[in-house]
Amino acid sequence: MSILLIDITLFSFLLLTAFAIVRLRNLFAVIMLTSVFSLLSAGLFVTLDAVDVAFTEAAVGAGISTVLMLGTLSLTAHDEKPATRSALLPMLVVFITGGALIYGTMDMPAFGSADAPIHQHVAPEYIERYPHDIDMPNIVTGILASYRGFDTLGETAVVFTAGIAVILLLHRSTLGRRRREDEEEEDI
Amino acid sequence: MHHHLILRIVSKFLIPPILLYALYVQFHGDFGPGGGFQAGVIFAVGFILYGIVYGVSHLRRVLPPVLVRALTALGVLIYAGTGMASIFLGYNYLDYTAFASDPAHPAHGQHIGIIIIEFGVGLTVFAVMTAIFMAFASRAPEIKDTDW
Repeated sequence: MSILLIDITLFSFLLLTAFAIVRLRNLFAVIMLTSVFSLLSAGLFVTLDAVDVAFTEAAVGAGISTVLMLGTLSLTAHDEKPATRSALLPMLVVFITGGALIYGTMDMPAFGSADAPIHQHVAPEYIERYPHDIDMPNIVTGILASYRGFDTLGETAVVFTAGIAVILLLHRSTLGRRRREDEEEEDI
Repeated sequence: MHHHLILRIVSKFLIPPILLYALYVQFHGDFGPGGGFQAGVIFAVGFILYGIVYGVSHLRRVLPPVLVRALTALGVLIYAGTGMASIFLGYNYLDYTAFASDPAHPAHGQHIGIIIIEFGVGLTVFAVMTAIFMAFASRAPEIKDTDW
């Protein structure tokens, strides 16, 4: 019962935040509200017992991405330009996509159902073998780092690639110093 | 930013606990929620807070961009290197059982392997987040006082 109340509260705040994000023109406020949105979703993940996901959402969604958005904001204008075209077509697309997504959830197994495909595939074997194979208190870390070690290596490589891409694109002040030294004075 | 005394003092108090908490998340990931990804982000946040309040030029002095770029690659190398080490010990790639002192109890080796690769993940995530922040922030003009 209390979980239901928390869920209702969090979801209504999520809705309000989403509406405010759509309506507001001040981009600083929008960024702050996106951060609030992430924090509320983190709360929802906690009620779903997905604390690891909640932790990541709070750290990355509410923390780092807000900082990066603010960094971007300082390079651009502070207010969104008013829309010049009619919002009818985008509205239609959003409603059709949303409707299709909700229709898609109809066929999904009930929340927490033991018959759900996700609980039938490899999960039972993982849980059965875990105490012998790895046996660490946090089974999520164990599965991600060991059984799914290749995936996590791939994810780390993705983060690495993203970092390299950003450094190559934006970090001209340190990367291209030697080449550009004669052309212009270092600006930072 | 020189006259924002409260911000500077408060951030000075906040940065050490943030870094400490990141280390806790990193090395306590086996027992509670968290792990390399989250720890790396939180550790980066400590430095980013410093960069925001004191300016990117100060952050560069604490954390030279060369070092950040090296750490970016080092984390992935530690992770991939763990896999190579297990191959050379006669097991599959990333099979941490290789590090167990007694093959009948693979859990011991798994603990060692997971701590090492989580460290690699944390290092890469920390370095990438800091590098991205530096890349963005060093393009921006100095934050105007009216924006605070």
